Amino acid sequence: MALLLIVLLPFIGSLCAAFLPTNARNAEAWLAGIVALTVTLLTAAQYPQLVAEGVLRLTIPWSATLGIDFQLRMDGFAWLFAMLIALIGTLVVIYARYYMSPADPVPRFFSFFLAFMGTMMGVVLSGNLLQMAMFWELTSLASFMLIAYWHHRSDARTGARMALTVTGAGGLAMLGGVLLIGHIVGSYDLDAVLAAAETIKAHAWYPAIVGLIAVGALSKSAQFPFHFWLPHAMAAPTPVSAYLHSATMVKAGVFLLARLWPVLAGSDLWFWLIGGAGLCTLLIGGYLALFQSDLKGVLAYSTISHLGLITLLLGMNSELALVAAVFHMVNHATFKASLFMAAGIVDHETGTRDINRLSGLYRAMPITATLAMVAAAAMAGVPLLNGFLSKEMFFAETVFLERPDWQRLLLPVAATLAGMLSVAYSLRFVHRVFFGAPAGDLPHQPHEPTRWMLLPSALLVAVCLLVGILPAQTVGPYLRTATDALLGANAPLYSLAVWHGLNLPLYMSLVALFGGIMLYLPCIGRRSERIPLLERIDGKNAFNGLLTVVNDYSSRAVGWLTSPRLQAQMLMIVLVVIGGALLPFVDGPLRLGERLPAEIDPAFALLWAVGATCAVAAAWQAKLHRLAALILAGGAGLATSLTFVWFSAPDLALTQLAVEVVTAVLILLGLRWLPRRDKRFSAGKPESARSRLRRLRDLIIASAGGAGIAALTYAILTRPPVDGIAPFFVEQSLPQGGGLNVVNVILVDFRGFDTFGEITVVAIVALTVFALLRRFRPAPESVALPAQQLEQDHPESRPDPEAALPAGYLMLPAVLVRLLLPMAMLVSLFFLLRGHNAPGGGFVGGLVFATAIILQYIVGGTLWVESRLRIHPLYWIAVGLLCAAAAGIVAGLAGEPFLASQAWHANLPLLGEIHLSTVLLFDLGVYLLVVGATVLMLVAIAHQSLRSQARKAQTEGGH
Amino acid sequence: MEAIFALAVGIMAGAGIYLILRPRTFQVIIGLSLLAYAVNLFIFAMGRLRHGAPPVIDPRLGSDPALYTDPLPQALVLTAIVIGFATTALFLVVLLASRGLNGTDHVDGREPEDE
Repeated sequence: MALLLIVLLPFIGSLCAAFLPTNARNAEAWLAGIVALTVTLLTAAQYPQLVAEGVLRLTIPWSATLGIDFQLRMDGFAWLFAMLIALIGTLVVIYARYYMSPADPVPRFFSFFLAFMGTMMGVVLSGNLLQMAMFWELTSLASFMLIAYWHHRSDARTGARMALTVTGAGGLAMLGGVLLIGHIVGSYDLDAVLAAAETIKAHAWYPAIVGLIAVGALSKSAQFPFHFWLPHAMAAPTPVSAYLHSATMVKAGVFLLARLWPVLAGSDLWFWLIGGAGLCTLLIGGYLALFQSDLKGVLAYSTISHLGLITLLLGMNSELALVAAVFHMVNHATFKASLFMAAGIVDHETGTRDINRLSGLYRAMPITATLAMVAAAAMAGVPLLNGFLSKEMFFAETVFLERPDWQRLLLPVAATLAGMLSVAYSLRFVHRVFFGAPAGDLPHQPHEPTRWMLLPSALLVAVCLLVGILPAQTVGPYLRTATDALLGANAPLYSLAVWHGLNLPLYMSLVALFGGIMLYLPCIGRRSERIPLLERIDGKNAFNGLLTVVNDYSSRAVGWLTSPRLQAQMLMIVLVVIGGALLPFVDGPLRLGERLPAEIDPAFALLWAVGATCAVAAAWQAKLHRLAALILAGGAGLATSLTFVWFSAPDLALTQLAVEVVTAVLILLGLRWLPRRDKRFSAGKPESARSRLRRLRDLIIASAGGAGIAALTYAILTRPPVDGIAPFFVEQSLPQGGGLNVVNVILVDFRGFDTFGEITVVAIVALTVFALLRRFRPAPESVALPAQQLEQDHPESRPDPEAALPAGYLMLPAVLVRLLLPMAMLVSLFFLLRGHNAPGGGFVGGLVFATAIILQYIVGGTLWVESRLRIHPLYWIAVGLLCAAAAGIVAGLAGEPFLASQAWHANLPLLGEIHLSTVLLFDLGVYLLVVGATVLMLVAIAHQSLRSQARKAQTEGGH
Repeated sequence: MEAIFALAVGIMAGAGIYLILRPRTFQVIIGLSLLAYAVNLFIFAMGRLRHGAPPVIDPRLGSDPALYTDPLPQALVLTAIVIGFATTALFLVVLLASRGLNGTDHVDGREPEDE
């Protein structure tokens, strides 16, 4: 349970933080601080149990069929990392409270900060590799959000994008590796994977796994050749750099390598790939750090270099090197976070991070300077500090490496060189910033920051000192637990002590120390931004070049594969569908069944003679005679509706008929806004041969498609029906659904949830139509009233909203239509109520009622209707949705699944027995919603005429 | 009967396909309507054609599935009809807005150069 809390608490805190007001700096900091502290204490409290049991586990069943559970697993190594994440997180929160300016929107900062903490906890505590990969990607996302925190700055956006691209792509590679492992082991469970180490190493896919996991881990830990993203990530606020980009997230890569070390390490491939990348990074990072002019740039490259050291240790295939790697992970996190904080303080108090402008700050800020010096000394590997111990172990490992001679010679030399570089850039950092003559032209007058800003840095420095002086008494037991967890019975013996006697590693340290000072001497006066030798090798350029090439090729591919023109797309869709439909006939021709066709009824043949003519004529007329085409299409729809009646589908026939009416009205309302088409053709412009050819082509495709569908339909109709799930619905309709009309029972009961989704879609569409029309701007030539309306709106015949009945020829229809409204209401209610047992139901009822309302508009005119009858279609939609949802929730209250039907029988005086069912409530919801949605759409389009006239009058009045 | 039904579906589908390949928005909207009729009838045909056996249970005859036609395609088509209406309305509004914004009723939002 505590494990779950450790992962979940930061996420909960993140949600809360997101909803606090923008300027609630203190509340945010308290919230984040309390969450981080609680997580720290919870993690710390696990330690005794962890030592006793070895591994703590928590499994929450998730998808049993896929064999994936949500698994948390804490062993000594995970505990050490979790502790690091929580503790440094707490300190960084305190620091961030004072670092962030009051103008910054802090909720976003703390929200993503806490979310990152949760994702990072998820990575280290995952007991399942797939789950770890998911959290891994989430850390990339959180990092993206935090780097781009000041998104008004282009460097922040570029840096964030670069970091996400590199680490995200690496995460994809890692996922590939994890999937391969899962395939070999048969499980993603970490315990199972660790137990199957020998199987994986012997498998033919082992090189692929190592390669993919290496790409993931190296990109995450900013290792060569993926190192270039980290310096650009320094555009993030300094607390983020201290936390994500030095102490925790970039350690995820080496964490993964260490986690899978027992499974993957031990081969030559591992040595060359991981060790090689580590060595390159160690030297290149250290070299580049020496020439950075940005304080954070120095720290970024030194982070890259130190991560390279850890990677190299992991690649050495020796248990002792693994111990040193884990130890250095902890040490680096402490001194580098503290250095970042110091850099942030300098930036905060002086207004610049340019190493060439800063100078002599020791006098103005002695405490900061002292803290930074101690931390930098730890980074350089000065004795009595923690960095010294792990570096000694590293030197010792390079000396005692069991490899061919030239490698045994090369590695210690390279290690000493790296040590010299480390000393040199640490020295440069401290000397440039804090010593020399006080700088005069700083943006702010430097002074010591508030005590609370110094505290986190001071605590970390204290840890550096304590661990450096008394390693065995402080970090010793925890390190032992962590390495035991990784190595189990193979854990080597080692002693953490400051003094190991006069040995080769100590001499190497001394050489590095003095060599580093020598190396720095020529750089003292150097102000150039140029980097000797490596100036031209810039990962950023390579990255951008690659990105351009990829973009170029993908847009070319898109241009080749598809077209922005709708006609071409439609053509492709139709051709692909026809092609896809033909695929099954590669094996043999379409087979007909043995079912005997029914005897042809001349009336039906006649019906479709008319219907088919209507369809073809509609296709022919749709360009020039829209009204005719609409009427003809309606004719085809009517034939469809009658076909439904003919073949035992009364519900469909009713719905089709009602929809036909509403669609016709809808499109009629739209016709007014379409351009005139006759003028151009009456001008006698000859048609181009190309467009004639195109029409011929489309005609052939359409004929082929139609013939294909006809053949399919015929073939299916000649085959005997399949015994599907239909008998279930027919048999259970009465006993379970309590209704005789099976179609309606399916809609409102058996498949009620589908219908619920469907009416929600209808509501969304209606609202979208409404919203789109609010911003509708008609084409200028359509604004003028059409001739018929002008005639009708002649002052003498203009409808008078005050009059009871319109004058003129509309008087009689008006009387009829007004009489019709209550009748139509009655009919629609009748359809609704009888729907469960006879053809009808909410859909039909709603459409009938909506049609009656639209008739009022058509005959009476918008002004007249709305001066008397205010329909609020939006309310209808809302109430309809609520009714349908209530029908579902009632079932929940009765302890049944959502939307399971509930029925009550009651005896009322006078009325007799009453049968009440939630199904009726649901159907009522459908009814109300259909009324609301239909009326909303139709009235919104109808209103456009009024609105454009009003707007026109307004603009004319304004002139 | 089956042949007529199949022909009807084929002709409406053909007319619909021809129209959705046309350049004017109004042609496409009519084409979609025709195609929708054809597809609805096609899905409906999956339950096979039966005359005079609506899936409304007659209490006197009982609920033997052999007595009634397949209700499932009907339920599917019923929702398809209503959704079809909603999408037609949405498409109509989009084409009106496109016409208002671009000044043309061509499906690409601008007149082609070659005509």
